[in-house]
Amino acid sequence: MDPFSNRKKFIIILAAAGFLALFGKLFYIQIIDSSYKVSAESNSQRIVTRYPARGLIYDRTGKLIVSNQAAYDVLVNPSQLQSFDTAALCKMLGITVDAARRAIDSAFRFSRYQPSEFVRQISVQEYAVLQEQLYKFPGFFVQPRTLRKYHTSGSSHLLGYVGEVDKSVIKKDPYYRMGDYIGISGIEKAYEEALRGRKGQEVLLVDVHGRVKGSFADGKFDRDAEVGEDLYTTIDLALQEYGEKLMQNMRGSIVAIEPQTGEILALVSSPGYDPALLVGRARAGNYARLAKDTLKPLFNRALMAKYPPGSTFKIMNALIGLKEGVIGTQTEFGCNMGIQIGGMFKRCHSHASPLDLRGAIQNSCNSYFFLTFRNIIENRNYKNSTEAYNAWRRYVMSFGFGKVLGSDLPNELGGFVPAEDYYNRYYGKNRWNAYTIISLGIGQGELGITPLQMANYAAIIANRGYYVIPHSVKEIENKTLERKFRERHFVAIDSSLFNPIIDGMQGAVNGPGTGTALIARLPNIIICGKTGTAQNPHGADHSIFIAFAPRDNPKIALSVYVENGGFGATYAAPVASLIIEKFLTDTITRPWLEQHVLNANLLYYNAPKRKNMVED
Amino acid sequence: MPQRGKIWSKIDWLTAVIYLILLIIGWLNVYAAVYTESHHPLFDISTRYTRQFLFILLALFLAFSAILIEVNFYTFFAYVIYAFGILALAGVLVAGKEINNARSWYSFGWFNIQPSEFAKLAVCFGLAKFYSTFNLKTDTLRTTLIAGALIILPMLLILMQPDTGSAIVFLAFLIPMYREGMPPFILIIGILAGILFFLALILDKLTIILLLAVLSAAGYYLWQKKWKEVIVGLFIPAAFWFIVHLIDRIGHLGVSSFLQWTISLVTGLFVIAFLAIRYRLKKVFVILGILVASISFTFSVEYVFDHFLNSYQKQRVRIMLNLEQDPQGVGYNQNQSKIAIGSGGFFGKGFLKGTQNKGEFVPEQSTDFIFCTIGEEWGFLGSLVVLVLYALLIFRLFQMAEKQRSRFSRFFGYSVASVFLLHVIVNIGMAIGLLPVIGIPLPFVSYGGSSLWAFTLMLFIFLRLDASRLEMLR
Repeated sequence: MDPFSNRKKFIIILAAAGFLALFGKLFYIQIIDSSYKVSAESNSQRIVTRYPARGLIYDRTGKLIVSNQAAYDVLVNPSQLQSFDTAALCKMLGITVDAARRAIDSAFRFSRYQPSEFVRQISVQEYAVLQEQLYKFPGFFVQPRTLRKYHTSGSSHLLGYVGEVDKSVIKKDPYYRMGDYIGISGIEKAYEEALRGRKGQEVLLVDVHGRVKGSFADGKFDRDAEVGEDLYTTIDLALQEYGEKLMQNMRGSIVAIEPQTGEILALVSSPGYDPALLVGRARAGNYARLAKDTLKPLFNRALMAKYPPGSTFKIMNALIGLKEGVIGTQTEFGCNMGIQIGGMFKRCHSHASPLDLRGAIQNSCNSYFFLTFRNIIENRNYKNSTEAYNAWRRYVMSFGFGKVLGSDLPNELGGFVPAEDYYNRYYGKNRWNAYTIISLGIGQGELGITPLQMANYAAIIANRGYYVIPHSVKEIENKTLERKFRERHFVAIDSSLFNPIIDGMQGAVNGPGTGTALIARLPNIIICGKTGTAQNPHGADHSIFIAFAPRDNPKIALSVYVENGGFGATYAAPVASLIIEKFLTDTITRPWLEQHVLNANLLYYNAPKRKNMVED
Repeated sequence: MPQRGKIWSKIDWLTAVIYLILLIIGWLNVYAAVYTESHHPLFDISTRYTRQFLFILLALFLAFSAILIEVNFYTFFAYVIYAFGILALAGVLVAGKEINNARSWYSFGWFNIQPSEFAKLAVCFGLAKFYSTFNLKTDTLRTTLIAGALIILPMLLILMQPDTGSAIVFLAFLIPMYREGMPPFILIIGILAGILFFLALILDKLTIILLLAVLSAAGYYLWQKKWKEVIVGLFIPAAFWFIVHLIDRIGHLGVSSFLQWTISLVTGLFVIAFLAIRYRLKKVFVILGILVASISFTFSVEYVFDHFLNSYQKQRVRIMLNLEQDPQGVGYNQNQSKIAIGSGGFFGKGFLKGTQNKGEFVPEQSTDFIFCTIGEEWGFLGSLVVLVLYALLIFRLFQMAEKQRSRFSRFFGYSVASVFLLHVIVNIGMAIGLLPVIGIPLPFVSYGGSSLWAFTLMLFIFLRLDASRLEMLR
């Protein structure tokens, strides 16, 4: 009847094709392609970080060294801004009107509806003023952050500082986000993971304008911040501060260790700086100023400066000589203001002659140790001098020299004890012998030793032959200390060989008769010590002193360096003596000695190199 | 005349039930789309879900009324209704309220009436009446042109508002016209022109011309099954191109490859035309004519695209064709819409739990983009249910239309089904990124009184016509 009724089929097919196309595309975007789910999340969720407070840092007696203070970031939400008294706000926050305008411009560029930073880290005082006036400035609000607060004006090299993470760290560790704080040096860096705690988060649902519409999934994915763990350091804050006081007019360092445990009692690098300088808004400016300072206050001398050990190394050669049997405790060598050795006359200072081992250490006789060193290197038990030298070097290295000790403090350097190759390159293979390198006998030459290694050396002698890797933290809340800070490392010298040397060190400080460090003597405590002088090409020699006390069951071992301080006995020995007295008795009975140290003027003054200077 | 009570038993209840389910789905999703945790009152005339509830009540009243009215009324007043529709469209250009730069609305206090929605109903009546004219030859070009004029008149008035989306809907009437005998080449040419339009925007002209030439040759072979002429036809322009290319190379003339091809194709076509005359191959002329027409069309597309479309319309087309990536600009709506629907996954996020919905990431979510709410909160499963409901409704309507004995009812039925089909395909297709953004509502589901009432009237008038199909032999 109807000639066109078969056209119905085509229409049905057309409609069906349309529905099929819809079905196919729906199936694709809802089931196959998962990218839309990701886009939806980034659209509608905003993750707000909850920042934890950093862990506190205490000294070994439980005194608080580092805590936290509140700081406030001022944020601005451009969409809520109304006209306001710009000048008044800027005055309150201590910024220029120009800076304010720039901050608001960049906030607008970032987002109209999401808050951005206006001024960061205003102090509690500024906040108190601002808070009362904040109602006059709609669109501005305040977000609390925590900053470090220091209860000492020093210890900065030990504690390190905290700053914002940089891009390279963010790339390596996904924990960190732009604007997070991280320990950048010292203990803050070494124990970052314990101190930082764990950031929490709040997942918010936002709308198309970035306005918060509520909590996502009823807070199922929210997490509270976990406060950082507290650290109990090995530092004796009173001793540390006393050390800083003594060193205030000198460049140099003090490292004091409790010998049995390897705990660092004090670590002073002078000049230092007030750690409060590197907190908050002023940090960047102050850092730049400190970095430019020619006295290098940011340089941690205690861990990174390398000096030749000077005469303190005579102990080392004495121990090796005894161990190798090339000298005995009764061996005597004559010395008449020096000796003829290897075709050269090596000078010494005036003292009685001949001296046995004990006397040679007490009086720091150069000739005695030139000969001892020659005997070690010419030892017939070894095939040649190179072999003997390698044996000598193994002994030296067993004391922790020439390698990084592995303390918990970052940026520790390893120093330098030349290997055989070094001399082979310099003189040619088999073309060097004991006489070529004879200055090693009195600790001069190519050796590079850090003050920390030197303090550890003092601790080894105090322990009669072992050390525990020096470390600065005793206890972390909820955690046991790393095992490597409890192990004893024994050196390659028998403990019985130490006593004659210690006799010499006792003599150097306490006599009888002459001694190089009699100035360090304490009436009731037997200090054992050894002076040293590190030659340096730039000016007067560095004054070095290592010591431990009391002689039996020692409680403290230390190294003191005073740059351009001259003889070991001039400044380093008095400083060490005062530190020991302070630590063991908590009193100072020799104000004149303290005054002598405080009166030093070595910070800027570099005495010219004296000619014909002789090792002490 | 049937008895009053009997009419209800003759109504197609399956259609009515699908209608009711779609209304409920629609209201729930409008509620979800405007829902915020802060305001809960269920009856608050300022909220869209309360208004939509009132719209639905009025729609149900209209449905009842449509059933109660006699069939004769519809057929008798068909042209009057059409005229009313046209007048309303003309009037809105004068007395309408301007919203979003378009004069599409009559304002009545807290609600507005959009005459373009009712114009579809009017055209249903006008065209159905025209096609039911006694002894009308439906397959002539003349009939098609008159019917076309009846469609183009409201389209032009709507384009003047301007509201391109609503105007496009009137193309749906090509389907009932086709069913009643419209020469199919109009439909085929329309479809081919559409394909060529998009190809012209995507591909460069040289590629299209070469493609068309090859297609013509293939078409000629399929038609005549003769290799000789095809090979000669392809060889001639190729040879010309070779000569032109060689001259260019030797003389270092630097003629662009486009110009080289144009020269060789034009001369080639002339030679082919000459040969066709010489050997009396009429059919070659037909193919050549189609080829030349297609090429001219391709060149005119760019002109039309540049001169007749608004910049936002051009961009929408470009975005859909992936010619332009602009997720924060004009493409923002569609991108966000795809994110909302795509993130729904298989089961959806649950009623009132759509994060994109609550965050108002998709603009116009309760109206044109209501499918986002469905897709996000009810997932693939819910979307599928909605698709199936529409498919059931539309196929049922086609089936019922085919059963009509009067051409008026049949045309009316086909019109209603086709308008619904176009609305559903275009609206959902736009929401899921299959089609460019064309702002037209999803029938019975989108928020809005005008479209709901117009669609309801279209559906229930047809149900009324269907209920009386056995009584009428017009």
